[in-house]
Amino acid sequence: MQHKIWRPLGLLSPALSAVFLLLVVPVCFVVVYSFWLRAPTGADIPAFQFGNYAKFFEDFFYPSILIRTIRVALETTVICVLMGYIPAYFFYKTETKHKSFLLLLVMLPFWISFIIRTMSWVNILGDTGLFNHLLIKFGILDSPLALLYNEGSVILGLVQYLLPFMILNVYVSLEGIDKSLTEAATSLGCTEWQAFKEVTLPLSLPGLSAGCLLVFVLTAGTYLSPMILGGPGNDMIANLIFKRVIGTLDWPFGSAISVILLGILSIIVFTYNRYLGIAQIFKSMQ
Amino acid sequence: MSKDLGKKIDSVFERYKNGDLSRRDFLKFVSITGAAVGLAGGPFGGLTSNAWAAKSIRFDGWGGTTSEAFRKHAFQPFTKATGVKVIDGEFGDMDTYLTRVKASFPPGGEFNLAHLSGLFDYARYVGLDLQVALDESKIPNLKNAMSAMTKPYRAITKGKLSAVPYDYGQTGIAYNTKHISKDKAEKLGASLLWDKDLNKKLGAFGDWRTNIWYAALHTGQNPNDIKDLKAVWNALKEQRKMMKKYWGSGAELMSLLANEEIYATTAWSGRVAALQAQKHPIAFLSPKNCYSWQECIFVMKGSNLDDAQKLLDFMLAPEAAIAVAIGQKYPPSLDPTKVPMPEEVKKLPAFDPTGKLEGYLFADPTYWNAKQLEWAEKWDRIKAGG
Repeated sequence: MQHKIWRPLGLLSPALSAVFLLLVVPVCFVVVYSFWLRAPTGADIPAFQFGNYAKFFEDFFYPSILIRTIRVALETTVICVLMGYIPAYFFYKTETKHKSFLLLLVMLPFWISFIIRTMSWVNILGDTGLFNHLLIKFGILDSPLALLYNEGSVILGLVQYLLPFMILNVYVSLEGIDKSLTEAATSLGCTEWQAFKEVTLPLSLPGLSAGCLLVFVLTAGTYLSPMILGGPGNDMIANLIFKRVIGTLDWPFGSAISVILLGILSIIVFTYNRYLGIAQIFKSMQ
Repeated sequence: MSKDLGKKIDSVFERYKNGDLSRRDFLKFVSITGAAVGLAGGPFGGLTSNAWAAKSIRFDGWGGTTSEAFRKHAFQPFTKATGVKVIDGEFGDMDTYLTRVKASFPPGGEFNLAHLSGLFDYARYVGLDLQVALDESKIPNLKNAMSAMTKPYRAITKGKLSAVPYDYGQTGIAYNTKHISKDKAEKLGASLLWDKDLNKKLGAFGDWRTNIWYAALHTGQNPNDIKDLKAVWNALKEQRKMMKKYWGSGAELMSLLANEEIYATTAWSGRVAALQAQKHPIAFLSPKNCYSWQECIFVMKGSNLDDAQKLLDFMLAPEAAIAVAIGQKYPPSLDPTKVPMPEEVKKLPAFDPTGKLEGYLFADPTYWNAKQLEWAEKWDRIKAGG
């Protein structure tokens, strides 16, 4: 009996140890730091006080960046849903023998560094970039459009980075659906659209929601896209953490912002699991 | 490896005995080292043995063309001459590097020499108690360095040196000569960065210090003694509306100027020289009280001083220092009245033939470091549109 208890624990121990050492312990360090103080030299002073948290909420500046981060994360998620579902559905339905190759194309961007992929937009959207160059060359415009260094270019960079996550999540979910179910629906009088709406879409929601969660959480924590593709005023919360921790060596305040972000993301994930579980979504679809 | 590890533990034990390290920190170091060696003994054995190799010293620099110049003209010949291997690390900017140094255990412990920028960084490292006292008799080439460059360091470390000055430069204004005339640039000076004709064609280094410095110049103030701070913040708010991009790296600066995304920006003199060498129509303007800075090679506490001093002396030798200066496009710290400079160095932006650096305004480290936390946060708010 005892053997039965210890065996799974033994098998799980490498993974649990890794999660404990690489996630739980560093998060605990960050939480402890968030109560400390910063000395004028940049050194840290152990303390237990809530000044760093109070500072975050003392005016609207820091919360406004947090709100902007959540807004950008939501916009990116919606765009990824709209752009990701269609190719995933295509991969599910297609009978082509090149399906594996098409899936490989979705993964292809991962073979190139994220920074290089992001930087490449500068050459495409810049004033002298490809897009503006063609528009001016063909006489459509006289002067270049301001396509770069704004929120639109930040979201574009994020969508490019995160779209494969959405496509793959939805595709995996769709692949698990028995195709005979839709055939049964159509044989019972449903149109193709009705079969999709009543059968395929509800059954693919677990993958879609997992993709949404992944895209949202990754966007909320990103800092490279706003840094490279954003202009003045496009900073997100991770940029703020970077500036506090790296720029001013204010680890305690940077930790407090990190804990606030972690708390908000945890609430979102918890709420999602608790109230927007897939069963609930499925019921609402019915 | 075990010999060096032993030395390192001995040095930490020495610091513990001297009271520089608490018992808790000492035990932490011993246990972390034990765990690290235990872990690294297996698959990472090669990596650690390389990092801890006997007769090696670590140097961290700016990367890119700067590191290439150091590698080619200083480190490789040094290793050939002495057998001491230079492990060449890189950092993106000073703040990131200081964070890494602070996060190492014991702080600074795994780092030896670093190419630090500005007097304020020297002061910051000293503030974190990471300095050493160099034995200048073992760096004979230091006598060739400009005394105007060593003096400010001595003032911070009470007559001693924890670094040798190595090069200097300016953060001036780069402008595109196709779109901005020389006359206009010289007439406006620092105020060129507030020229309404350049709306959405302006850039600036995102650093708080540089922006506040130039706002002080624009509002007619001494950057090392700003009296009307409100005017500075208002000027920065006004400028932000016209700003296209606050850049964060030398590569980004060059890309923005070369692709004509921006026509004028604050810029590092060496990077402008690199653009000019590539035949881009970019000029460098050094307005009155231009932001000047000097770079040094700092030695961290706990480093092997004998090897560090040997390397510093080698790097300050005229043939190495001049070759590095040409490579990285910043004038060397050597006094041109003592060491003859080739034409290539004389043509570098910000080069001072007198060796006295009179008229070059450097950031007062005491003044700026005291303001860092407050001003950096205020600057972040303005930059974000707050």
